Amino acid sequence: MTDFGAAISTAFALVAHLDRDLSEVVLLSLKVSISAVLIASVIGLPIGAALALFRFPGRTIFIVVLNAFMGLPPVVIGLIVYLLLSRAGPFGVFGLLFTPTAMIIAQVLLITPLIAALARQVMETLWLEYEEQLRSLGTTPLRALGALLWDGRFSLMTAVLAGFGRAIAEVGAVMIVGGNIDHVTRVMTTSIALEVSKGNLALALGLGIILVVLSVLVNGMVYFLRGNQRQGGTL
Amino acid sequence: MIQADAPTILPLELKDVSLQAGQHRLIKDVSCTLDAKDVTIIIGPNGAGKSLLLRLCHGLLTPSAGAIHWHGANGRDPSLYQAMVFQRPVMLRRSVRANIDFALSLRKVPRRLRHNLIEEALHRAGLNRFAKTPARVLSFGEQQRLALARSWALRPQILFLDEPTASIDPAATHVIEEVIMAMRKEGTKIVMCTHDLGQARRLADEVIFLHRGRILEKSGAAEFFAGPKNDLAQAFLRGELLWWHRRELTPP
Amino acid sequence: MNTKIIRVGFLAVALALSLFAQTARAETPFIIVASTSSTQNSGLFDFLLPKFQRQSGIDVRVLAVGTGQAVRLARNGDADILFVHHKPSEEKFVADGFGVARFDVMYNEFVIVGPARDPAAIAGTVSAAAALNLIAGAEAPFVSRGDDSGTHKREISLWQQAGIDIAGLTSNWYRETGSGMGATLNIAAAMEAYTLADSGTWLNFHNRQGLKILLRGDPLLFNQYGVILVNKATHPHVKSILGQRFVDWLLSPAGQDAINSFAIGGERAFTANAPADIVLPSKEQSE
Repeated sequence: MTDFGAAISTAFALVAHLDRDLSEVVLLSLKVSISAVLIASVIGLPIGAALALFRFPGRTIFIVVLNAFMGLPPVVIGLIVYLLLSRAGPFGVFGLLFTPTAMIIAQVLLITPLIAALARQVMETLWLEYEEQLRSLGTTPLRALGALLWDGRFSLMTAVLAGFGRAIAEVGAVMIVGGNIDHVTRVMTTSIALEVSKGNLALALGLGIILVVLSVLVNGMVYFLRGNQRQGGTL
Repeated sequence: MIQADAPTILPLELKDVSLQAGQHRLIKDVSCTLDAKDVTIIIGPNGAGKSLLLRLCHGLLTPSAGAIHWHGANGRDPSLYQAMVFQRPVMLRRSVRANIDFALSLRKVPRRLRHNLIEEALHRAGLNRFAKTPARVLSFGEQQRLALARSWALRPQILFLDEPTASIDPAATHVIEEVIMAMRKEGTKIVMCTHDLGQARRLADEVIFLHRGRILEKSGAAEFFAGPKNDLAQAFLRGELLWWHRRELTPP
Repeated sequence: MNTKIIRVGFLAVALALSLFAQTARAETPFIIVASTSSTQNSGLFDFLLPKFQRQSGIDVRVLAVGTGQAVRLARNGDADILFVHHKPSEEKFVADGFGVARFDVMYNEFVIVGPARDPAAIAGTVSAAAALNLIAGAEAPFVSRGDDSGTHKREISLWQQAGIDIAGLTSNWYRETGSGMGATLNIAAAMEAYTLADSGTWLNFHNRQGLKILLRGDPLLFNQYGVILVNKATHPHVKSILGQRFVDWLLSPAGQDAINSFAIGGERAFTANAPADIVLPSKEQSE
């Protein structure tokens, strides 16, 4: 395939030029997905830890649903958020549709279950180890939750990164609720979809390569920070 | 924060305490009283229920029947005056110092008092130079010493130990026994289970012999090791493998 | 350690909010236009909108979707302007009270494209209906948009003209992609299939491989675009004054000239045809 060669040189050319349009799109992608990941983590990690810690009626059903939601198609989330934010929908008055905020909302809904479900697995293993000791020391449930989250922070990074990966790579939801509006809601993935529909396959693939590199960079950065911290003695 | 000179919550009385898991009664009608002083060692073969009995006393397990009573508590929460060291030390993924600090903060010890308590506990356990080391890179024996130091810092009136030296070499065991005895000297009641008879001889003031969920004998250490009244306890001291004779050797 | 957790959580939220705030900064006035992928993919908007922006100071945010979806978006009040190419839907939209009025803006044409070797031998045919009959007769692969877009609706009506019942068709030569024009062209190129395309998307499409135009010029392939301002009476939040300015500009000589001057590869992509004697309803009220 000559397309691959063309795509790689296109990707290099794009990065070399780094025109304003491209950097705008890249920055928006990062902004939207990082915001979504931060918000989803603040919601999802405590939920995951709480599920590991507490027994309550309906817990099993909750976990099953949560696990199922990990695989929810982004398009479905996009549609739901569209219906909610549409002028004809319940939150229409806020006029959020086709803004980056709408995209962040959709991505938060998309990845919170993923982060919570992965966090639950990590936290459950940890709680198995900690439970007796913490109870012996006289912990309150809230303190136990905090200890689990803090001590599991490195393992939890994996859950958070999985969320980031799903968010930044997803096109279905942001396309519907963002609308792929030039200079406003156009991100990497919707740009790629647009270029494919124009038949600019090399350009689309070039953008794809940049997206992959970006994803690798973010993952690498987190991994690096994590490694440094470990050596820093807070294992 | 617990006052060091607070009146003791002991004695601890167990009244017809049973623990049932499914069909099995694991602890059967145990009644006994533990006094404020000295070292009580619980011995007995594997599966006798030693660990369960400790957990029942400590409050980690709730008895299916019977009652556990802290006679000296007088309305205070007895759990605040206890600590426990487990067979496998459980260390948080933090520094040695932070592990002790965490325990103190759970007991609501004011931050300004913690420093000295931590320093002293580390000193007693000989862990000063590891203060900033991540707890989980310590060796097994060192971690167990840290578990003891963590308990020490809490200044418990009673300390439960569940076979703390079961997987530790003799040198490390020696250090741990020294720390335990030092705590005893400071007035902490020690309740420890072990199946190391040598250790029981070295530490015990009082021995409880547990077999298949029942207390078969409870007597002073000198008396017990001189010649237990119970025939199963005699067999155990001789080193016989009790679990081979389940049918023949029914308790009186 | 809980304080640390809370601190980290707080930091995360603060960071997220600061990113938020940057994306939601004070904006220039804007309107949302629900349009079709054909206008977007052709590059027309990239050409027109900066001109309008310079002249009016209004940003135009374009949602490029299928005509069917564009109409639904506008019905829900999620767009200020509807700019599509399926006259019956547009007239119904106005009749139902969702639009103020519909105006012709421009036209181009639909074309039947297919593999250069033309297995159904439609090249040289004048009538689209005849060509479709040849394709059906030869059972040559044909890919349909199948997405309720303007182009899809036109294709269905062409099959009806040809007297072929597509809905009842159970054959493997007729495929629905359910995707946009570009995606459908990509599939047609890969499958060496025929398809109906709008000329704007076709002109700006770069992955033609063996595809070429095999039939054009049938009056049935005429492709009229219309613009409608969404009715403020139905959706009170509609930016009708800003929207009307965009409609007015499109229909004005300046807008019409701009449309006519847009070319792809030297070829004019759209022909402006707003009624010359139009009385713009907003001329007095909005200015």
